[in-house]
Amino acid sequence: MSIPTLVVEDVVIKFAGDSGDGMQLTGSQFTNNTALIGNDLSTFPDFPAEIRAPQGTVPGVSGYQLHFSSNRIYTPGDNCDVLVAMNAAALKVNLKTLKPGGIIITDISGFDTKNLRLANYTDGVNPLEDGSLEGYEVHKIDITKLTREALKDIQLGVKEKDRAKNMFVLGFLYWLYNRDLTSTFSFLHDKFGKKADILESNIKALQSGYNYADTVEAFSSRYKVEKAKLPPGKYRSITGNTALTFGLIAAAENSALPLFLGSYPITPASDILHDLSKYKNFGVRTFQAEDEIAAITSAIGAAYGGSLGITTTSGPGMALKTEAMGLAVMLEIPLLIINIQRGGPSTGLPTKTEQSDLLQAYYGRNGECPMPVISASTPSDCFDAVYEAVRIAVQHMTPVIFLSDGYIANGAEPWRYPSSEDLKPIKVNFKKGMAADEGKFMPYQRDENLVRPWAVPGTPGLEHRIGGLEKEDITGNISYDAENHQHMVKVREAKVDMIANHIPLQTLDSGPETGDVLVLGWGSTYGSIKSAVRELQGQGLAVAHAHLRHLRPFPANLGTMLGNYKKILIPEINNGQLIKIIRDKYLVDAVGYNKIKGVPITRTELVTAVKALI
Amino acid sequence: MSDVLTPQGPALTAKDFATDQEVRWCPGCGDYSILKQVQTILPQTGIPRENIVIISGIGCSSRFPYYMNTYGMHSIHGRATAIASGLKATRPELSVWIVTGDGDGLSIGGNHTIHLLRRNFNVNILLFNNQIYGLTKGQYSPTSEENKITKSTPMGSIDHPFNPLALALGADATFIARSMDRDPKHLQQMLLHANDHHGTSLLEIYQNCNIFNDGAFEIFTEKSSRQEETLMLEQGKPLIYGANKDKGIVLDGYKPKLVDLNNGHSANDLWIHDDHDFYKAQILTRFFDNPATVGHFPRPFGVFYATERATYEDEMQLQLEEAIAVKGKGNLDALLQGKETWVIE
Ligand SMILES: Cc1ncc(C[n+]2csc(CCOP(=O)(O)OP(=O)(O)O)c2C)c(N)n1
Ligand code: SF4
Ligand SMILES: [Mg+2]
Repeated sequence: MSIPTLVVEDVVIKFAGDSGDGMQLTGSQFTNNTALIGNDLSTFPDFPAEIRAPQGTVPGVSGYQLHFSSNRIYTPGDNCDVLVAMNAAALKVNLKTLKPGGIIITDISGFDTKNLRLANYTDGVNPLEDGSLEGYEVHKIDITKLTREALKDIQLGVKEKDRAKNMFVLGFLYWLYNRDLTSTFSFLHDKFGKKADILESNIKALQSGYNYADTVEAFSSRYKVEKAKLPPGKYRSITGNTALTFGLIAAAENSALPLFLGSYPITPASDILHDLSKYKNFGVRTFQAEDEIAAITSAIGAAYGGSLGITTTSGPGMALKTEAMGLAVMLEIPLLIINIQRGGPSTGLPTKTEQSDLLQAYYGRNGECPMPVISASTPSDCFDAVYEAVRIAVQHMTPVIFLSDGYIANGAEPWRYPSSEDLKPIKVNFKKGMAADEGKFMPYQRDENLVRPWAVPGTPGLEHRIGGLEKEDITGNISYDAENHQHMVKVREAKVDMIANHIPLQTLDSGPETGDVLVLGWGSTYGSIKSAVRELQGQGLAVAHAHLRHLRPFPANLGTMLGNYKKILIPEINNGQLIKIIRDKYLVDAVGYNKIKGVPITRTELVTAVKALI
Repeated sequence: MSDVLTPQGPALTAKDFATDQEVRWCPGCGDYSILKQVQTILPQTGIPRENIVIISGIGCSSRFPYYMNTYGMHSIHGRATAIASGLKATRPELSVWIVTGDGDGLSIGGNHTIHLLRRNFNVNILLFNNQIYGLTKGQYSPTSEENKITKSTPMGSIDHPFNPLALALGADATFIARSMDRDPKHLQQMLLHANDHHGTSLLEIYQNCNIFNDGAFEIFTEKSSRQEETLMLEQGKPLIYGANKDKGIVLDGYKPKLVDLNNGHSANDLWIHDDHDFYKAQILTRFFDNPATVGHFPRPFGVFYATERATYEDEMQLQLEEAIAVKGKGNLDALLQGKETWVIE
């Protein structure tokens, strides 16, 4: 019999289960499959800090939210249409985000007395039985039993078989959304190719889930989301940390600088270390240092030797690197310090997102210690933004701080990837030696942008000494002279300020050039702001959106732009940081919208916040 | 001296390694001698000046690079070792020297020091040990003896000191040696040995801080006591010391024993120094007792231990070459495209 297929525009699915249930893998597989059919998409993985939080409990719930559409979308969605809840705790945590009438797919084995108790349901209460889910379309499936049944001929223990439950669910959803299983088959072959039993069990479970949905006629229709109307081009799906890795490699190739990464593992930055260490055939050197101080200082050593020196970390690691950043500022050598922000302070919320290290990036060092700060706004933007950060570092001989966060680091979206020819080469000028009439080498002689020469060891005639003590301008010799110190402080600041002449002017992402409200954002709030502002514009409101990539220095026209609106709203996932800088620098009475809950700001919240200002 | 011209021009002399910067150590400081010996041996190594990099941390000793006409970096407290690691990883052809103090290299930078040793980058560490914090005006350091009265320890220090060479062996150092500022010839020899070693060379140099810890090593350097209190290690030679060369050391099982050569023992019975023997080196590093105790061992100077082990930068280079051999040279377009793509028309 044939079940009709309905075409829908927009779907949000939340995969939720125990952290051992493989929901991240299920989510990322569905995402890849979605990308391949050409939908626009946005994801939000959200998982506990513990590798194995107490099983079955509310803190142990791991979720992966996927939003896909035939329209342009910019967020993982405020609410979901489909909730996969592998156990009672997963339902409890996520039910509030399910739209009225939404679909719930549950594994009833995850709702036994033990699981209900672990999820803190009152004794005797089972949400699947007590009618509390009446407003939803609930599919109660014994996924555990069905998976075991499907795998009964495979010689594996029950525990191993149960691990394939997530594939059963994936198959079930693939049927519901009319999907082809091939991409996941080939993924499974790559992942488990050498373990025949596990490979077979996963493939069987996937197929059984698909067939089960087909046979039981659980749904009266299947759904289909058409290709999105994205700008023409070649696309792939990409997460923020992968885009960042690619951006670094591309920048190294296009500047002809060998890449050196000094890093110490920390969530959510470790993936960049993992990823970069795979690309040794690009001449990439990765060094897992003994701590964050050695990570940054080894990168300083590499940069001093003429490599593209990079260090990657998250908040607590940034704190450890601060003294060395000061050294890099004094040495005036190129260096990239990448902070994938997470909830703080201290160890804080390792797996949750936050934008709370901006003031640290701006001011968090001893002495007057200015450094350019650049941020990425979406997963794919990490590529372009980090490429730009490298350009600034090597062309302006300065350490640069790059800010991403957990949300964009792990989130995925379609990426119209460039070809190598589209990328502007990054010109690097090493000082090659001394001309006959040049006299003695002056390591702190500056060009018109106040940039000093990059003179690397091994170059005859340029032997010189540099260090963290205050130095005399031009000669670079140690100097404790009062006038010289004031001069040098001002020069180092002016050098960073002058970068504003070499970056694009700020543009509006959308909206009128003058109006009631300008929503000014930076970093991962991009998607939420964009969607909210679009909605408000649709309602005829004079609201615009500008999103900053360059946080220090700001684009030269930012002050003028801020003057063109009655109100400035600055939404941030922190307690108000960019707003302090903007108020200080431009004396505007900006208003903040601050959410510090370890999760992104939603479109709905922002719509309300903007309306309150009009 | 060689009369062959190097491509860099005429052979260099110690003077070529001096800079125009005024040397600012206190008059009489042991650092002067160390600077002089380094400037003296570098021309003998034949390494072009531009390929030499001296990296230091913070401390009196760490001012060293400013006085050397090579590439140099006076960095931050304790981190010279880590900076040198990054430089050497990316520029294996450079001759990298680390200058550090007992506070710089064993206190704030202790962690980096042990990790550098185990990784075995081919660099030379010159550990200026004056058993005091000189630059900060005289606090006790991690190598100060127990009960040391200093500004920060008016009732005497209560922490037990490090034994730097034993610590280094514990971190699997591939070259450890000890010398002193007051024995220029010996120091020059040790510097040359350190330079010749392929791997991390740790050279501990007893350095007198005549302002805050004067005479800390007097017993090893003064004519009156030196021959009784020091044991000069020479490869393949028996362990003999004393003003009359009549004292020796034998190994009784794994226990060292002092013997009197006038009294029933001959040089043939003695422990023969073998700097490739890890176990003997471990025992030698433990000749570290207080010279005031009766029956104490003399303090050894020389190369304690030297062994070959692959260096980090060589292994890193091999991995890059292997990756290229297996996967081919990286192709940016293939990387950006990945495996799964789709087209929007
Ligand atoms: C982060 C930091 N902490 C403290 C200091 C102060 N400080 C400078 S040198 C030094 C100790 C130096 O002792 P040592 O390494 O033995 O060198 P010496 O002066 O004896 O040659 C200290 C504590 C500093 N410069 N930086
Ligand atoms: S304080 Fe001591 S170590 Fe420092 S320069 Fe003076 S004598 Fe030398
Ligand atoms: Mg000292």
